[in-house]
Amino acid sequence: MSVLKYPFDNAYILKKKRSIKKELLAKENFIEKKIAVMSGSTIGEIEKILELFLLDYGIKPEFRVGGYNRYYEELMFDDGSLAAFAPDFIYIHTSNKNIENLPVPQDTAEEVQAKLEKEFAKYKAVVEKALSYGAVVIVNNYEMPFYRMYGSKDAVAVQGVVNFTTKLNMMIADYIATKDNVYLNDINYLSALVGLDNWHNLENWYLYKYALSVDKIPDLAFAIAKIIKSALGKNKKSVVLDLDNTLWGGIIGDDGVEGIAIGNEQPAGMSYTEFQSYLKKLTGLGIMLNVCSKNEEAIAKQGFTDRKEAPLSVDDFICFKANWEPKSINIANIAKEINIGEDSLVFIDDNPAEREIVRQSLPTVTVPEVKSPEDYIKAIDRAGFFEITSFTKDDAKRNEMYKQNAQRAAAESSFTDYTDYLLSLNMTGEIGAFSTAHCERITQLINKTNQFNFTTRRYAQSEVEAIIEDKTNYISAYAKLVDKFGDNGITACFIASVEGTNANIDLWVMSCRVFKRHFEYAMLDYVIGKCKEMGVKTITASWIGTAKNVIIKDFYESVGFEVTLDTETEKRYILNIPEDYEVKNKVIAMEIV
Amino acid sequence: MTREDIFAQLTEIFQDVFDDDEIVLTDDTTADDIEDWDSLEQINLLVAIEKQFKIKFQLADVSNLENVGAMVDLVEKLVG
Repeated sequence: MSVLKYPFDNAYILKKKRSIKKELLAKENFIEKKIAVMSGSTIGEIEKILELFLLDYGIKPEFRVGGYNRYYEELMFDDGSLAAFAPDFIYIHTSNKNIENLPVPQDTAEEVQAKLEKEFAKYKAVVEKALSYGAVVIVNNYEMPFYRMYGSKDAVAVQGVVNFTTKLNMMIADYIATKDNVYLNDINYLSALVGLDNWHNLENWYLYKYALSVDKIPDLAFAIAKIIKSALGKNKKSVVLDLDNTLWGGIIGDDGVEGIAIGNEQPAGMSYTEFQSYLKKLTGLGIMLNVCSKNEEAIAKQGFTDRKEAPLSVDDFICFKANWEPKSINIANIAKEINIGEDSLVFIDDNPAEREIVRQSLPTVTVPEVKSPEDYIKAIDRAGFFEITSFTKDDAKRNEMYKQNAQRAAAESSFTDYTDYLLSLNMTGEIGAFSTAHCERITQLINKTNQFNFTTRRYAQSEVEAIIEDKTNYISAYAKLVDKFGDNGITACFIASVEGTNANIDLWVMSCRVFKRHFEYAMLDYVIGKCKEMGVKTITASWIGTAKNVIIKDFYESVGFEVTLDTETEKRYILNIPEDYEVKNKVIAMEIV
Repeated sequence: MTREDIFAQLTEIFQDVFDDDEIVLTDDTTADDIEDWDSLEQINLLVAIEKQFKIKFQLADVSNLENVGAMVDLVEKLVG
């Protein structure tokens, strides 16, 4: 909803919250989440405005709001009601009003140190306890005080509250960095962003015990909502960029490659250079960049190849669409080619008419209002499209892997025979029983794979470890795939439990990156080989239907299994292993380890 | 600004905040007359009034506003 998009009008949101909510609730397909809000000061409007931003992200919250300033008691000594509520998220709304022992000028350095340790210990105990409810915990750090006894020296003197708050925030940051499922809501940065004089409002504090100015509540609520939507996997994944007057100044087709503004020689060039540098950094976070521009492709590319001052190069883009087709068609094609939803795209274009057309024809693509190049970074940053809550090695490599996929797609289209194409990939693989070294990746793969997943059974790391130990009752397999474009890493796992002469496939998952590469055949060949070694004669298997695994509904019969049960939601199979089983994979050189 | 002007603008604010176009304000209207008007909404009203009239309330001004009439008086005084 546009009134909730950055930059929003705080006063308008506060005033119109009831009618905004009504309008948001008219939408459908919400994810429902339970959120416990723990109070260190008045919550009232914070809950109501947070609800608006969450609804706008497609998340329908059920709130449980704690008693006024009872966050400590309610978390530490729950009467059972918080546990019974079973929150998905716990937001702990504390501020520097909740620091019990701030330093005073009369304190010795040792006394200040003791206060610091005491505050941190309390903070840590609260977070640990909050985690024990099995929820994702969101917790504030501390904002700077509204007055300073020492003036600037408050940052230096150990008795200074600025110095104390800085140290405490650092201890909190270091602590949270080591924890899973705890996310910091950085109100120290947020209050600086809106200005401390705007953040602190003593009337609101004395009268209503709001720890921040009421008219800044939308900023706070938006910050919390961004963390929640990120934790729920609702971040954007990719940026689609116009070129002329978006990535450089001027029109390359008219002004020529030497005529466009880029580089640090003149002010206009500097603003575009900084924006390109920002985008380059985004790729380091796994965000994919694409071009969608009305231009001749060869000329457009010169803007990167012939202007060495440009921080971005042609290789930084996954899709480069410079042509005269309508942008909405190009953008829809980009989504298809990199295989992500249109709702994961952010489109940046300086031209208001282009923005409007894309909004009209592709309503799920996010199209921020951008004014001039010096505002572009801010428009992306503040909106929190790419708010990071967790970051894995896979995320860092995502760009590279998608680029390889695009190359594979291009290679595929040049072959008429699919087997020829597969052979041209020069694939090699590695397969073997689960081992401790791969345990973490195996567990991650099992728990996040939804498409090629026959049973959608989830395993904790401890269960995977148990299977590693037990080699007589289980056949397990992990598999890696490498091709001429790159290493896909471990992309498939398999677990079967052996009883007598039958093995039942409990789990089989494969990453969608390696679908249809005969990798599934290579795995089946390996498993059948293992069965023969162990004297297993039959294999039973099942497909349990979910919203996402329809793609493999008919897989087992395609590889020779017999159907023993066939319903809409579940299928069961059996395979009598033939004596003369012929290996199915003829395109991947597999190494058994 | 006349009292009538202030009344008209206040009515609009109340209608927005409570999302109810039927609200009619008089000098004697109090929190008892409007279902959702509690202490939390009171501050929302005050923030909206400050923005609308570009004024700033002081702590002593707003601690005991008895009814809408008192609000109008206060706005009238601050708008000057």
